[in-house]
Amino acid sequence: MNHDPRPLIELAGIRKSYNLGRPNEAEVLHGLSFRVGRGEFVALIGPSGSGKSTLLNIVGLLERMTAGSYRIEGEEVNGLDDAGLTLRRRQTLGFVFQFHHLLPAFNALENVTLPALMREGRVSPQQRERARALLAAVGLDKAMDKRPGELSGGMQQRVAIARALVLQPPLVLADEPTGNLDRSSSDEVFVLLRRMHAELNTSFIVVTHDPRLAARCDRVIELVDGRIERDAMVSAAAAQ
Amino acid sequence: MFDWLGFERRVAVRFLREGRMQTVLIIVGVAAGVAVVAYISALINGLQGNTLDKTLGAQAHVTLRALDDVVTPARAPTPGTAELTQTQARAQRPRSIGNWQALVPVLEAMPEVAAVSPMVSGAGLAVRGEASKSIALMGVDLERYDRIVHLRSKVVDGQARLGPGEGVIGRELADDLGVRVGDRFNLVTGPVTEAVRVTALVDLGVRDLNRRTVIVPLRAAQSLLGLPGGATTLDLALVDVWAAQTLTDELKRRFPYKVESWQEVNAQLVSALNAQTVSTTLIRGVVMIVVVLGIASVLVVSVVQKRREIGILRAMGATRAQVLRIFLLQGAIVGALGSAFGVLLAAALVWLFSNYVRGSDGLPLFVITLAPGLALRIAALATLCGVLAAVAPARRAAALDPAQAIRM
Repeated sequence: MNHDPRPLIELAGIRKSYNLGRPNEAEVLHGLSFRVGRGEFVALIGPSGSGKSTLLNIVGLLERMTAGSYRIEGEEVNGLDDAGLTLRRRQTLGFVFQFHHLLPAFNALENVTLPALMREGRVSPQQRERARALLAAVGLDKAMDKRPGELSGGMQQRVAIARALVLQPPLVLADEPTGNLDRSSSDEVFVLLRRMHAELNTSFIVVTHDPRLAARCDRVIELVDGRIERDAMVSAAAAQ
Repeated sequence: MFDWLGFERRVAVRFLREGRMQTVLIIVGVAAGVAVVAYISALINGLQGNTLDKTLGAQAHVTLRALDDVVTPARAPTPGTAELTQTQARAQRPRSIGNWQALVPVLEAMPEVAAVSPMVSGAGLAVRGEASKSIALMGVDLERYDRIVHLRSKVVDGQARLGPGEGVIGRELADDLGVRVGDRFNLVTGPVTEAVRVTALVDLGVRDLNRRTVIVPLRAAQSLLGLPGGATTLDLALVDVWAAQTLTDELKRRFPYKVESWQEVNAQLVSALNAQTVSTTLIRGVVMIVVVLGIASVLVVSVVQKRREIGILRAMGATRAQVLRIFLLQGAIVGALGSAFGVLLAAALVWLFSNYVRGSDGLPLFVITLAPGLALRIAALATLCGVLAAVAPARRAAALDPAQAIRM
């Protein structure tokens, strides 16, 4: 696959401490640096407590780093205020969470069109059509008017994937998207992610515990105790 | 095109619909509060209006009289000395307002004044056969006096007319004297006696007044009371009854007359009305506070329940301001819906009061209406209260850390 050589995101010397300045201060990320290019499909793996979710939250602009530099499309985002971070998040990022995190009061189609509604206060016919097409693409053309409570876990996750992609963000962050699913649903969702990646050329960072799924990504970044233990293309990783 | 509040409105409505029972309960609570406030307001307005109508129906808003006769000291007190004296007040005789004919157009030209009526009043006896009743004699120009107390609307028998030798008397006095419309009786004031033919019986709203009132032409009263060409009182009706005290104070400054407002004449009534107004305001305030607390408590619970959804929305790019507006809108929607139902409920209560509550005579107690302006003001206030109630929960929601909210 031909990747755009320019980095989409670039992190350098990222540190994160909790309880800063207190006796129980704890640094969980110790100066991480890496880049993700456009169209890359990256797995972020590591044992529990290694700092994967914290790193993903920092990449997703949901948490602030304690020190370091983070550039999105060349722009330093570390100094942005809350409104600036929110705007950047809206423009650049799509999220898929482990527990689906759909809004139960909205049906599948409405959940998918929420980002557009949020951005413009209305959903244009084109955006609605795109949402329908995405839901159809993830195999939910018959369940568009169903509320999340009426859908299985796998179906909910597929709605969440469609929602993350509806505004065509350059980067989608998926926090253990298959962690709450059985094996077959998990495979289905992962295949779907890869298909969407291939069709849309969107970059993905997928946090997973499952080495089987990580092996199907283009690149693996492994975190251990808040440090990057390994950052390699999958073929190279497999060779090791 | 950007649809202002389109996102916030949709999410707010869905959140409210999702917590259906909670939403219904708080709307019912707001409706009950608004109904109580609107009904009490209508009731007190009706009660006070009725009381004022009855009180002011038989008296002027402002009266001007000649100053009382006073005893002046024989010599001026010496500076630096104190004199202990006891002066017996002079007996007051009927006195005319000096130059009242020139004063009337001056008063009529004032923008606050709706009508001016000269009157000669004094005491006398109404005599018919062996019946002799003490009366309050009033001599008026009927056209002018009618503009002060709407005398013609109080006629219960006959037709109000004040030609020479004619008079209008109270209903109870007619019973006491045994006269009907068209009958005659004698008016006695000291040395003068004059025969009066009754043209109309009036009900002034107060039985004691009906038992004493005899109204005759101005000229006849001047003759009976020995005040040729005089007027003991100038009665004023005002455009706004509540401007009476201000105008009275101004007239006192400008003219050497004894000027009294209806509030001074009915000081106890005014105190009672004020006490009533203060109590009602207090009750309305407390009810509104309860409404605010009710809405706030429901929204606080809602923020806790919806932490995860708020976190998702924030992660997806919702700004703090958008989250804030979602909850403020919920407060406004609950307030507005509760207000609408509350006003309807209050209208139903007013209707029930008007149609089913009767006095001992079987007639409605008094008219109460829920004025559209009042209903709108209360509804707007309750909606505003809804928004204010939502401020604290909304700020709390907007301040949620999205990463933490999602982890919950």
